[in-house]
Amino acid sequence: MIIRINGKEERIEKTVNLSAFIGARNLRPEGIVVEHNARIVPREIWETVTLAENDTLEIISFVGGG
Amino acid sequence: MTDLFRIGGRELRSRLLLGTGKFPSHDVMKKAVEASGADIVTVALRRVDATSATDNILDFIPQKCVLMTNTSGARNADEAVRIARLARASGAGDWVKIEVIRDNKYLLPENLETLKATEILVKEGFIVLPYMSPDLSMARRMADAGAAAVMPLGAPIGSNRGLRTRELVGIMVREIKVPVIVDAGLGSPSQACECLEMGCAAVLVNTAVAIAEDPVQMAAAFREAVIAGRRACLAGLPVRGQVANASSPLTGFLRNE
Repeated sequence: MIIRINGKEERIEKTVNLSAFIGARNLRPEGIVVEHNARIVPREIWETVTLAENDTLEIISFVGGG
Repeated sequence: MTDLFRIGGRELRSRLLLGTGKFPSHDVMKKAVEASGADIVTVALRRVDATSATDNILDFIPQKCVLMTNTSGARNADEAVRIARLARASGAGDWVKIEVIRDNKYLLPENLETLKATEILVKEGFIVLPYMSPDLSMARRMADAGAAAVMPLGAPIGSNRGLRTRELVGIMVREIKVPVIVDAGLGSPSQACECLEMGCAAVLVNTAVAIAEDPVQMAAAFREAVIAGRRACLAGLPVRGQVANASSPLTGFLRNE
């Protein structure tokens, strides 16, 4: 299925929950925030969110800034 | 000399706020933050680069510092609000520097959208510090809306041109009840010192420290400049004159008269 991650379309092979998806991408959960279909998803409930066709994900982290 | 000031219910000792962008490394940034003595440091939020794992910048910011997320990248109030909510959801706390910019050349803030974002975020319990073009009416509205401080620019971001907006910032200092913090454009410690001398509560500096040959030394220099400027303000600067006014007595000269 196709989902949109940080503005780019990507194909993912099978149905996964958000927690597994983040884990598979080598992202450290403590440093990132996730928006799923324009709603912020608290880290504690990542496991309960299953990605579906045409979903939109924004995965964001802190960077240096003034 | 204990001379604290208060923002968002918190007592702050340092009148230097430091940004964390443009440093050569996280390690140098960390040392510069320590050397600056800053109580408040700013960070930004961006999409992760999924192709390269990077260190979490928050691990390099001393625990004692208040983290303030800026809303850079926002082009209107809604985008700024979205970024602030994301920052809070990430556990970064309630402090937000609102930065709404549509002008890519001068990076000047969009005051009206900034005010709208201030109104919304204050209601949501954020401690809101709007970055703004110096304008008394707008600063009043922002303070009335609950802004914890107002942050007029000294010159365009990263331009190192100093306090070009001095007259307008001076009016704000005299008239606005919340702290006035000059943010952006300060390129040297003397320029930061000038802001404090004229009564600004604090300054926010990033580029001048981050791109210095030795950012840690420059951070220390800004720290000292801000302390000096604040002391001068409290001491009371003398009136400027057009002609000389002798420092030594004008009597008892060793002359044959």
